[in-house]
Amino acid sequence: MRIFIYMWEGIKIAFEALRSYKLRSILTTLGIIIGVTTVITIVALIQGLNKAFSDQISSIGTDTLYIQKFPWIMKGDEWFRYRNRKNVTIQEAEAVRESATLAKAVAPTLGTMRTIKYKENTINRVYILGTTADYLVTSNSYPEIGRFLSENDVQHNRAVCVIGSDVAEKLFPRTDPIGKRVNIAGRNFRVIGVLEKKGSMFGWNMDTFAVIPIGAFQSAFGSFRRSVEIEVKVKSPAVIEDAEIELTGIMRRERNIPPGKENDFAINQQSLLMETYKSLTSTLWAVAIGVGAISLLVGGIGIMNILLVSVTERTREIGIRKAIGARNTDILVQFLIESLMICALGVVMGVLLAIGIAKTVSATTPIPASITLWVVFLGLGFVVCIGLFFGIYPASKAARLNPIDALRYE
Amino acid sequence: MMLIQLQDVMKIYEIGAVQVTALDGVSLGIKKNEYVAIMGPSGSGKSTLMNILGCLDTTTKGSYVLNGSNVSEMDDNQLAEIRNREIGFVFQTFNLLPRANAIHNVELPLIYNGTPASQRKRLAKEALEKVGLGDRMNHKPNELSGGQRQRVAIARALVNNPSIILADEPTGNLDSKTGEEIMEIFEKLHDSGNTIILVTHEEYIAEHSDRIVRLRDGLVERDEALD
Repeated sequence: MRIFIYMWEGIKIAFEALRSYKLRSILTTLGIIIGVTTVITIVALIQGLNKAFSDQISSIGTDTLYIQKFPWIMKGDEWFRYRNRKNVTIQEAEAVRESATLAKAVAPTLGTMRTIKYKENTINRVYILGTTADYLVTSNSYPEIGRFLSENDVQHNRAVCVIGSDVAEKLFPRTDPIGKRVNIAGRNFRVIGVLEKKGSMFGWNMDTFAVIPIGAFQSAFGSFRRSVEIEVKVKSPAVIEDAEIELTGIMRRERNIPPGKENDFAINQQSLLMETYKSLTSTLWAVAIGVGAISLLVGGIGIMNILLVSVTERTREIGIRKAIGARNTDILVQFLIESLMICALGVVMGVLLAIGIAKTVSATTPIPASITLWVVFLGLGFVVCIGLFFGIYPASKAARLNPIDALRYE
Repeated sequence: MMLIQLQDVMKIYEIGAVQVTALDGVSLGIKKNEYVAIMGPSGSGKSTLMNILGCLDTTTKGSYVLNGSNVSEMDDNQLAEIRNREIGFVFQTFNLLPRANAIHNVELPLIYNGTPASQRKRLAKEALEKVGLGDRMNHKPNELSGGQRQRVAIARALVNNPSIILADEPTGNLDSKTGEEIMEIFEKLHDSGNTIILVTHEEYIAEHSDRIVRLRDGLVERDEALD
């Protein structure tokens, strides 16, 4: 009973002290506020990014391999070393398609940015993709209306195209696009289908594109100096490692690479992006922890400093309380509570600030920042640790004061 | 039986290498409901004696028995407890908490002995009424006159119903008229059964008491009863 009574008294005293010295209290907590805000904001951003990234990356699919000239992630001089590699060709894609036993679908693709027109409507910088009928399977894209490219369209290089939902909306705001002729780089293509909306990935609108047969692409835009990208959808995510080995074998055989020489092509997959992303965010984590720790340390020292000032200022009060019957532990508890409350003030303000920043970030940028409940518990942990750690010295100094000297203190 | 029994009490301070003997073997007995004034010039040891009587300090040698307990053998926590239970202090400079109102100042001793809030309020109110401040309970010290502040301090000394009230120059910071009013309060408290020890260097203040103990050079010079 007694302990609750004087702890409550301690809370009231601390509250009174914080209220009497508003500016001082806020300045004291600034370090804590900055530290907590930094840590929580970065944690929220990383969590938001993680979620966004894995959502987006999963649209690539864990069961798709990409045979390309360059790997997705290159370090140092890799680009310089790889730039003289042979282009990947349609013939190689054909060979892969014929020999790969673990592949469900194989689609070579070529791409370029061009202007697309229909009557007076024009869209600049539309991604024109030349491919085969298999692309329907490898890319997980399905026609919303009309149909996708058929084997026939591709074999005969027909001047037909399948357009993304964004292109359809902009070129044909009020009419049915099927059967209409659009103009791509001076050539006419008949629209045979519109693909489902895909949304955006890393800020790249995936619906602003048009698909045409790969042969038509080559005759329209030329085939030299363009490296084909071969998209391979494997039978299941479980066989992706085996499929990669198989594809490597096929490519090496096609290119007559003698044993012992390294590949002159790259086989990319989603997990590569994931790994790179993880190593990036782990750096971010380390920075967050570093910055946070330093500001919390500085903030803690600030609290200790102000508590020491407070103990000196209130020496007489401590003397009075002791003369009246306060024990050393009562005084200790009183100042620890004050320390904890300054900390709590800082952490609460820091958390609120971080929530504000997170909300602003997710409202104004495509990065979704999310603050979860455990962040709040993390904050509580900060309060207790910093408050006790930096409060214990001033508090015990106060507790050990001699009542006679303290009463005499002017 | 004596309420206070000092036996050959010595207090020696060590200031650097120098030893200062503040009390050089003081023996003193005070009965319940006595009204004693302790007098002496500065340096006579009266402050030291008051600190020891108030259990703020311990003796170097000799024993101090207060209300049956041997104070000279107690540690810090026990001393705090006995101060809380047995002693009510009234200081020259009032020593109220500046940011707390009158009633909260009076409640303070009760907080440290764990009295529940409702009972605390009631006891504090009673004590303030006893010193004539029933209408000033929510005022802060800076909203009160010197005399009123000293009354709050007396109410605080009373609230726990202690064995002794220890007043150190209680009128030192007051004009003589207010000083007289405060002395009247002490007289009333004495009449209602309290034991009062008054430390002063003013003869006319000491004359309010029933007995004057004069100190000089750390020794009791004279101990006389007044009529």
